[in-house]
Amino acid sequence: MTTPIAQIQQELVDEFAMFQDWQDRYEHLIGMAKGLQTIDPSRKLDDNLVRGCQSRVWLHGEKVDGKVCFTADSDALITKGIVALLVRVYSGHTPQEILGASSEFIDRIGLRQHLSPNRANGLSAMIDQMKHYALAFSA
Amino acid sequence: MISPAVNAAYDVESLRAEFPVLGEQVHGKSLVYFDNAATTQKPKQVIEAVDHYYRAYNSNVHRGAHMLSSLATEAQENAREALRAHINARRAHEVVFTAGTTASLNMAAGSLGQLLLKPGDEVLVTAMEHHANIVPWQFACERHGAKLKVVPITGEGELDLPVIPGLPRNPGLFTDQPGQAPNPGLFTDRTKILAIAHVSNTLGTINPVKELVAEAKRRGIATVVDGAQAIAHLPVDVQDLGCDLYAFSGHKMYAPTGIGVLYGREELLEQMPPWSGGGEMIDRVTFERTTYAGLPFKFEAGTPHIAGIIGLGAAVNWIESRGKEAMAAHEEALLEHATETLSAIDGLRIIGTAAKKVGVVSFVVEGVHHSDLGTLLDQQGIAVRTGHHCTQPLMQCFNITGTTRASFAPYNTIGEVDAMVAATRRAVNMLR
Ligand SMILES: Cc1ncc(COP(=O)(O)O)c(C=O)c1O
Repeated sequence: MTTPIAQIQQELVDEFAMFQDWQDRYEHLIGMAKGLQTIDPSRKLDDNLVRGCQSRVWLHGEKVDGKVCFTADSDALITKGIVALLVRVYSGHTPQEILGASSEFIDRIGLRQHLSPNRANGLSAMIDQMKHYALAFSA
Repeated sequence: MISPAVNAAYDVESLRAEFPVLGEQVHGKSLVYFDNAATTQKPKQVIEAVDHYYRAYNSNVHRGAHMLSSLATEAQENAREALRAHINARRAHEVVFTAGTTASLNMAAGSLGQLLLKPGDEVLVTAMEHHANIVPWQFACERHGAKLKVVPITGEGELDLPVIPGLPRNPGLFTDQPGQAPNPGLFTDRTKILAIAHVSNTLGTINPVKELVAEAKRRGIATVVDGAQAIAHLPVDVQDLGCDLYAFSGHKMYAPTGIGVLYGREELLEQMPPWSGGGEMIDRVTFERTTYAGLPFKFEAGTPHIAGIIGLGAAVNWIESRGKEAMAAHEEALLEHATETLSAIDGLRIIGTAAKKVGVVSFVVEGVHHSDLGTLLDQQGIAVRTGHHCTQPLMQCFNITGTTRASFAPYNTIGEVDAMVAATRRAVNMLR
């Protein structure tokens, strides 16, 4: 049984709620970046770049046993942490689950108000890209 | 310990008190604003001048047959005169109001291109230009079949020029016979326009504009200077520089956004065709033929940004009351201190080490992405800019994707520089 998306989101909200200050929050994100299952180097193609990010972010989705699996990478560490967080939430679920999932947990984590406008755009672009893959795989 | 060379007579605290925004907090910390090259903060004299215009005499200019319109017109023309004096133009009508540097350069490229460029002609820019001084020339070149050529730069971020004493590089630059390595003569007999930044927004380099303009002039080449980063930090005397056109933005000199200037030498402005058409810029309109108004109105179609113009006039008065030289000397002390203390950080490299610089320090840190550094500095209350700074060709010269840039203003302090350096160390430790 895979953990439902909403439950993973709640776990993340709880995790981030433990942190008192910005430094802990960002160190946690950086830790997540370091734990990310990175994209196969052969898939670091311009076609897999997420548009709308200041740093380069590659995202690849694959359908394995009816579930969408994401791998990603970025040349910036915090961005990589953000994409790692999203991979933890959305990877390993069916296209329908991904398409039906809400993204309001981002606001509950309190991440958005700590991101610059271009990072916040980048984050939305990453979620859009994941949903785009899910849509393509749902056909 | 480095003891910064700050002039004790310079009263930075009284100057800071004139900028309301400097009292703000970000992420619970006092704001350290080091993004002045993007836009400067506004003193209360400017804010109040704009506020007063809207409260007391808001009206259109040159049109109404009533008192408020006369007041607004007078205020606009007083601002024009203040700008004329500030840049030492000969006539107030050589000061054309635009929406900013970008608008000024588009007008310059469009109108001058139409006047001067023929197929096979060349426009010369430099490798350190802002996109605003590249793309409009690409448009003009495409429209008229001309070619864009580029003055190269050195590893220090200076123009690679032979005429500067002590820099005997590339003797080919000023020859009329192309073909000499490494840079064949960039000025040729097809060169019609030289368009160059007075100061680089990314590197802080102060270019030898006067010398280049003199050389161009000798060859009958029109000269356009992008003064966006110079106007608030250097004395600008357009007659001494000798250039034909000089562009700048109000918002980088303590004035509102949406207002700027294109200075033009009268004789050239007279010859240049108008660039946008509409009200205010005409003399007489019939469906058969329209004749244009005189300078500067020929280039000021439509209702101008009156509040912006009034704010810009107030900003000029503010700069003059404080003294540009004193403020520039303070910025230089900040630059020197920042350069020394940042350089001591392991793996940090300053991009732009020209001998003559304004208060801009761009840097990269080995193994650290500039956007991560920018985010972690912001968390500590420090506002810098990261990225390519609208100078992508320059990034390609240095083979980097971006930098972190701190740019200083007269209201910044040595303590703030120290705070930035400490915050940078902390961020770098987290990221490595
Ligand atoms: C050197 C230079 N040129 C042109 C511009 C464009 O100015 P604006 O955006 O005010 O039109 C800038 C602003 O960043 C600049 O630094």
